[in-house]
Amino acid sequence: MSAAEEVVAEGHEAVEAVPKRAMTLSTTTSLVVLAAFLIVPLFAKNFIIFQLTMLLIYGLAVLALNILTGGSGQFSLGQSAFYAVGAYVTAVLMEQFNVNYALTLPVAGVICFGFGFLFGQPALRLSGVYLALATFALATAMPQLLKLNFLEHWTGGVQGLVVTKPDAPFGLPMGQDMWLYYFTLVVTLAIYIFSVNLLRSRSGRAFMAIRDNEIAASSMGVNVALYKTLAFGVSAGITGVAGGLSAIAVQFVAPDSYNITLAISLFLGMVVGGVGWLPGSFVGAAFIIFVPNMAESISKGLSGAVFGVLLFLVIFLVPHGARQVAIVSQQLIGKLKKN
Amino acid sequence: MELFTNQVLAGIATGAIYACMALAVVMIYQAIDHLNFAQGEMAMFATFISWQLMQWGVPYWAAFVITLAFAFVGGIAIERILFKPLAKAPILTNVAGFIALFAIINSSAGLIWDFTIKQYPTPFGSSPFLGSQLISTHQAGMIGVTLLLLLGLFFFFQYTRIGLAMRAAASLPESARLVGINTSWMIALGWGMASAIGAIAGMLIAPVVFLEPNMMGGVLIYGFAAAVLGGLSSPFGAVVGGFLVGIFENLAGTYIPGVGNELKLPIALALIISVLVVKPAGLFGRHIVKRV
Repeated sequence: MSAAEEVVAEGHEAVEAVPKRAMTLSTTTSLVVLAAFLIVPLFAKNFIIFQLTMLLIYGLAVLALNILTGGSGQFSLGQSAFYAVGAYVTAVLMEQFNVNYALTLPVAGVICFGFGFLFGQPALRLSGVYLALATFALATAMPQLLKLNFLEHWTGGVQGLVVTKPDAPFGLPMGQDMWLYYFTLVVTLAIYIFSVNLLRSRSGRAFMAIRDNEIAASSMGVNVALYKTLAFGVSAGITGVAGGLSAIAVQFVAPDSYNITLAISLFLGMVVGGVGWLPGSFVGAAFIIFVPNMAESISKGLSGAVFGVLLFLVIFLVPHGARQVAIVSQQLIGKLKKN
Repeated sequence: MELFTNQVLAGIATGAIYACMALAVVMIYQAIDHLNFAQGEMAMFATFISWQLMQWGVPYWAAFVITLAFAFVGGIAIERILFKPLAKAPILTNVAGFIALFAIINSSAGLIWDFTIKQYPTPFGSSPFLGSQLISTHQAGMIGVTLLLLLGLFFFFQYTRIGLAMRAAASLPESARLVGINTSWMIALGWGMASAIGAIAGMLIAPVVFLEPNMMGGVLIYGFAAAVLGGLSSPFGAVVGGFLVGIFENLAGTYIPGVGNELKLPIALALIISVLVVKPAGLFGRHIVKRV
């Protein structure tokens, strides 16, 4: 049994303990969360709105990783590479070709889908730690590739590109930050619904069959190679859209923003949120955005250490991440209702 | 031709360091089936300890030995406190644990010794080796120490009872337990040894890359690459992989136009990925047959 299969076996046991529709939240909870996302920015300062926008963007990227790892059981420590490609596609299209920002996102998604699909081809032969290392290599190489001389004409080389923030359309009375927040929220919602449906569809079941037992899946007629690369493609595509959104929100792209630290953050976001639990992606995103800031405020020099210690606490106390917290609280509420 | 020989020899010298790192990675991989992403940081921390000892006036070789002891005990302590409880956790949780350890060590080293670059002494000197222009004494020393270490490990695993017990615990833990081997402590011992081997790599490479908290980043990636190239299940493969990666890195940097120093890393990694695609278990790894 390879290491990856072990994860899957363990993950599978964890899945059995929860209800069948455990991939998502219940309808009521979803609506409450959505309402919160809609209302909170109306009363918040611009900086907080910006952070919420980043939360949604990172949440999307973690969601993408969750489809790949939680869905099809493949590892990736290289999501930052797809994120970078998406960001650069958007930035280059907006600044060099004057394309409307909203139109750049589908392009970023499609290009990253192709990129991920192609990377999935050689990755087919790798599993577990080997795949983790190959994707790790991809993430390490990406900043160097973005600095290449012959691309400098478009990418701006080491300096990167500055992106202009779009104004609210139709003369809506909103600041740029708030407009971008709602725009991101709509994109996020669309992709979230797409992902939920994808995982419930025939393809999603194929992903999960491969995750649970590749050989059994192939003997039942699942085209393992196709679905594995497809999972890579979809995951990369969504990550690309998230990257594109981040380029617009941050208003700047540069090679060194997309280093291995970003890839690791996304991975940690997935672990903290709970592997295979889609809503957890946004909890994980909140962890990787806010906890380093908190750690910084506790002790400036020791922020990395504080972050590490908090991460260990999460691992030891709730090894299945936010999903575990959600299940436990659900059970508690159920008990209270009975009484 | 002289340029070629020169690059190959320099490649062997850095390859020796990669071989040490790869060996450390493989030792932990053999024991617990996980890659230790914090291996480089553990080595870096040990190197700082030896530097601190020398600042306090301890002679080089005494500091070297004390640091090895410290690294050994530290490695065992990390396994006992942090990773033994995670033994049954999913692989993703373990990777997150390694990353957390990475962050903790890196940040503490920065806090204690700050992020400025420090000179690190070499015990061998930097003059040309035996009057030849091809290789410096320090590079020759790096190769020499690595070979000694390999020889020592070979005898340890081949001819001592504990070495045999460790091999048994790594390959068939259940059966090893049945014949009375304390497998749990064998894993801890593996951690201690891996940590000490990493410390040796750190102390040997520090005069070349200079001492600072992020010094092992690149070295660890090459160490991983070497381990994967040779096959994660084969310590011998890891060593060969280390030398191969070292040589390839230097030759690619010299002879492929447009590569230079900036693209060395991506090129080396591309090589690794291509090897993996052709031979997924690495050059010397065991191929595991899967069952349903």
